[in-house]
Amino acid sequence: MAITVTINNETREIDAPGDMPLLWALRQELGMVGTKFGCGIGMCGACTVHLDGQAVRSCSLPLSAIGDKKVSTVEHLAQSEVGQALQQAWLDEDVMQCGYCQAGQLMSATALLNSNATPSDDEIDAAMQGNICRCACYKRIKTAIAQVSRNEETANV
Amino acid sequence: MSEATTLSRRSLLKVSALAGGGFALSATMPMVARAVSAEAGAPAELTAFVTIAPDNTITIIGKNPEIGQGIKTSLPMIVAEELDADWDQVKIEMAETNMAKYGPQLAGGSFSTPMNWMPMRQTGATARAMLIAAAAQKWGVPVASLGTEPGKVVEKASGRSATYGELASLAATMPVPDPESLTLKDQADFRIIGRAIGGIDSPKIVRGEPIFGVDTQLPGMVYAAYERSPVFGATLKTADVEAAKAQPGVIDAFIVRGNGNPEELVDGVAVIASNWWLANRARSALKPEWDNGEWASHSTAGYAAKAKELMDGGQAAEVFGERGDMAGALASAAKVVTADYSYPFLAHVPMEPMNCTALMRDDGVMEMWAPSQTPQGGLASVAEYLGVPPEKVIVHITRMGGGFGRRLNNDYMVQVAAIAKEMPGTPVQLIWSREDDVKTDFYRPAGWHRLTASVDSEGKMTGLKDHFVTFDLGESPFNPALMAPDTFPAKLMDNLLLEQDMLRTAIPMGALRAPNSNALAFVTQSFLDEVAHETGKDLPTLLMEIVEGAEPEPTTMGFTGPTPGFNPGRLRAVTRKATEMADWGKPVTGGHALGFGYYWSHQGYFAEVVEVSLSDSNKVQVHNVWCAGDVGNQIINPFGALNQVEGAIIDGIGQALQLAVEIEGGAVKQSNFHNYPLPRMPMTPQIHVEWVKSDNSPTGLGEPALPPVIPALTNALFALTGKRVRSLPIDTSLFA
Repeated sequence: MAITVTINNETREIDAPGDMPLLWALRQELGMVGTKFGCGIGMCGACTVHLDGQAVRSCSLPLSAIGDKKVSTVEHLAQSEVGQALQQAWLDEDVMQCGYCQAGQLMSATALLNSNATPSDDEIDAAMQGNICRCACYKRIKTAIAQVSRNEETANV
Repeated sequence: MSEATTLSRRSLLKVSALAGGGFALSATMPMVARAVSAEAGAPAELTAFVTIAPDNTITIIGKNPEIGQGIKTSLPMIVAEELDADWDQVKIEMAETNMAKYGPQLAGGSFSTPMNWMPMRQTGATARAMLIAAAAQKWGVPVASLGTEPGKVVEKASGRSATYGELASLAATMPVPDPESLTLKDQADFRIIGRAIGGIDSPKIVRGEPIFGVDTQLPGMVYAAYERSPVFGATLKTADVEAAKAQPGVIDAFIVRGNGNPEELVDGVAVIASNWWLANRARSALKPEWDNGEWASHSTAGYAAKAKELMDGGQAAEVFGERGDMAGALASAAKVVTADYSYPFLAHVPMEPMNCTALMRDDGVMEMWAPSQTPQGGLASVAEYLGVPPEKVIVHITRMGGGFGRRLNNDYMVQVAAIAKEMPGTPVQLIWSREDDVKTDFYRPAGWHRLTASVDSEGKMTGLKDHFVTFDLGESPFNPALMAPDTFPAKLMDNLLLEQDMLRTAIPMGALRAPNSNALAFVTQSFLDEVAHETGKDLPTLLMEIVEGAEPEPTTMGFTGPTPGFNPGRLRAVTRKATEMADWGKPVTGGHALGFGYYWSHQGYFAEVVEVSLSDSNKVQVHNVWCAGDVGNQIINPFGALNQVEGAIIDGIGQALQLAVEIEGGAVKQSNFHNYPLPRMPMTPQIHVEWVKSDNSPTGLGEPALPPVIPALTNALFALTGKRVRSLPIDTSLFA
C-alpha cells in the first residue's frame, strides 16, 4: 500500500511498509541519497532531515509516523537563505574531511539557526552534539555556524 | 645479539601486504603513459595524469583513493603547479584502478604525499615541456626562447603566447622527455602548492550529491545484507534461508562459504531484497547455528590475565631487541623505575559503513564500485577468489566516508563478489549495519607492557627493558601487533632488552590510524614521563638528554622512495616549538595542568602539550592543545593539512577518554555509538598548530599528529592529580 509523503514541497507516493524508516525510503525507494546512513539508532545524526522545520533522525522515523508533516532534505537546503549561507560557510571554512556526515551537520545547523539566529557557543554545542563527525571537524563546523550567525547579527543591527 | 635491529620477516613484509600484495616493494611510478595523438578538437592526453581540451579545460587525474585526507585535491595541486596551470581551469577526475597506468594507488600509512611528491611534479613538468616543445615547433623558434605563464606558453622576447588548449593536440605528438631532463620549479615560485584550497568535492557534498560508495545507484540494483557469526573463527552449520526468503521484500537468500582467509571471506548468509532495510530485517528469520570451535571462550579479561601471568613469570618467549648489558645496568642502578601499561582493542568506525556494489556482467567481467583504501589489493583478492585473471575485474574507486585504516582490508569487496557472482546481470549493493561494522572489524590490537628503566646516581637513564605481551597473528604478513625494535627511545638506549610473548587469538586485527604508534606513544612517552618525574626533571628535558650526542640516521630507500632516518634535530625543534607555544614551565593556575608528549611516526615529528582540568564529577576536560609538527619543507595544502592535525588530535583524545572494544564469549561486546562513544562537539578543545619547516621533502599528515596527544593528556592528568594513567581508556575513578 503506497504511503503519501510531502518531501521538499513535492508529494511523493512510496510503495513500502509503514514501518520502513524514512531514511531507507529516501535513499532506496526515491533515489535521494544525500541523506546518509550512519548508525540506524539515532545516535550519530548523519541521517538528519527536517520535519516541519525540526531536525529529526530519519533512520528512526517510520514512514507511517510522518502524516501531513513536511519533510525537507539536504537536496533542498539551498532553497532557504540560511541553508544556502551555511553551505557557503562550509566551503569558506573548508569544514570537511571525508564529508559523509556533513549533510546531517548542515541540516542540524540550519534547524538551529532557524530557531535561534544568534546562538551562544554552548547553544551551538547543545544543538550539534547529536551529530558525530568521525573526522572530528568540530572546530570548523562551529566556526562556520558562528560565521553565519554573526552575519545575521550584523544584518539585524 | 649485539644490535637492536632484528626486524622479523613479517614486519619487513608489512608494507607490501598493506597494499594487498598487489605490487612489489620497489614499485616504480609510470610518470607518463605514451602520449596518444588526439583527434582534432578532442582533448589530448599528454601524460597519464594530464589531459588538455581545446577549450583549455585541464583534466588532472586524482590518483589515490580519497578518504577525507584531502589527497584528491592535493596531488593534482602538485601536478598543476609544475604544469604551470591556471587552477581555475583544472578539473579533477578520480582514476580508475590501474596499476600499469597510474602506479600504486592506495590511501594508507600516510604514504601518498612522500610517495607521489616527485612523480606528480615530474608528470606536470613533463606535460609542460611537451606544450613548450609544441609551441617551439609551431612558431619555429628554439625551446629556450619560450616560457610559461599560468595556462599558456609565452615567447619571452616578443610576448606572443598560445594557450595550453591551442597547443595540446600538437603537444601530444611531441616526444616524451626524459624525467631527468626536466627542470622543476623553485619552491619560492610555487603559486598553487602552499595555497589553502578547499576540498575539490566539497561543493557536491554540501548539496547532497551522490559521491560516496554507498551512493552508487545502478538500474535494477538490489541490496544485500550479510549474516555472519559474531564469534570470530566460527563456521556455519545451518540457517533457515527459506524463512528469510518468506520475509517482505526479500528476493533471495543463500549460504556463502568462506574461502579460508578471514581477511577476505568468512561463512555467512546473504539476504537480498529490493531495499536494504528489508534485507537486513529479514536476517532475524535466519536463526543460524554456528560452530564456534574453541574461540567462544576467548575474552579481553582472559587475555589480560594471561598477559599478567606471562609478565610475572619473568623471561619471555622471544627477545626481539637487545643491546649492551641490561641486567648489569639494573644491578648497578641507583634507581629502578618499573610500571605496567596496557591498551585495549579499538574499532575504526568510519561514518560510512562498509559497503560495495558489484555487477557480474554477461561478458564475465566483475565490475565493482568500491570504497577501498587499497583498490588494487581488493581487485587482486576478488580475481583470486573468482579464479579469473585480474583483467576480468574492474574496480571503480569511489569517495569514502572515512577510512582510518579499516578499508585497507577488502573483506566487503570479496563478500559482495561472492554474492554478485550468484546473480549474474543484477547489480548488488552490499551494506553493513553499524552493528556489523563494530562487531566484525579488524581491530587495533590490545597490548600489555611491563617496562623497567635503570637510572644511575646522577639521575641519567641508563637502560630500558620492555616485556611486551601481544598477539600471534599467524602468517598474516602485516602485523600491527608487533613492536619495532627501534621504537623510540629503544634505539638510543645504551642498555636495552625488548622481549615478547604472543597470545593465540582469532580476533581479526588491522591498522588503525597511526598503527603501532597510536598505542606505543602512550606507553613509551608516559613511562618516560615517569622516569623524568623520578629523576626530578620534566619530559622535554629527559628527551633532550636521551638524544644528546645522537647523529641523524642516514636516508634509506624505503617504500615511498628515499626516506630520511630518525633525526634528533627535528625532535629538538618540534619540542622547543611546542613548549614555547604552551609557555611550558610557567606555573599553571586555576586547577589546570599541562602535559607533554612527542612522537615520530610516518616520517612526521610531532610535539604536543595538553591543558586539562577535572570537573566536580572528575570528568576530564581538555582546554587547549598546542601542537608543533615537522613534515618537511612544504605544506602542500594548508587547509587540508590543518584539518588532518585537528582531527587527529580530537581522535586521539577520544580514544584516550572513552573508547575500548571488549571481547566476551569470543565476540565483541560493543555494537554501536551508544557503547562505542566517539568524540562529540562539546569536548572539542582549542587547538593551536604551528609548522616547523625542515629541509626534507614533504611527507604525509593523516597519522603522525595523533600518537603524542594521548601521552600528553595522561601526563597532564598526572601533573594535575599525581595519579598515573597506565591503562586506556582513562579510568576516571583513579582521580576520586
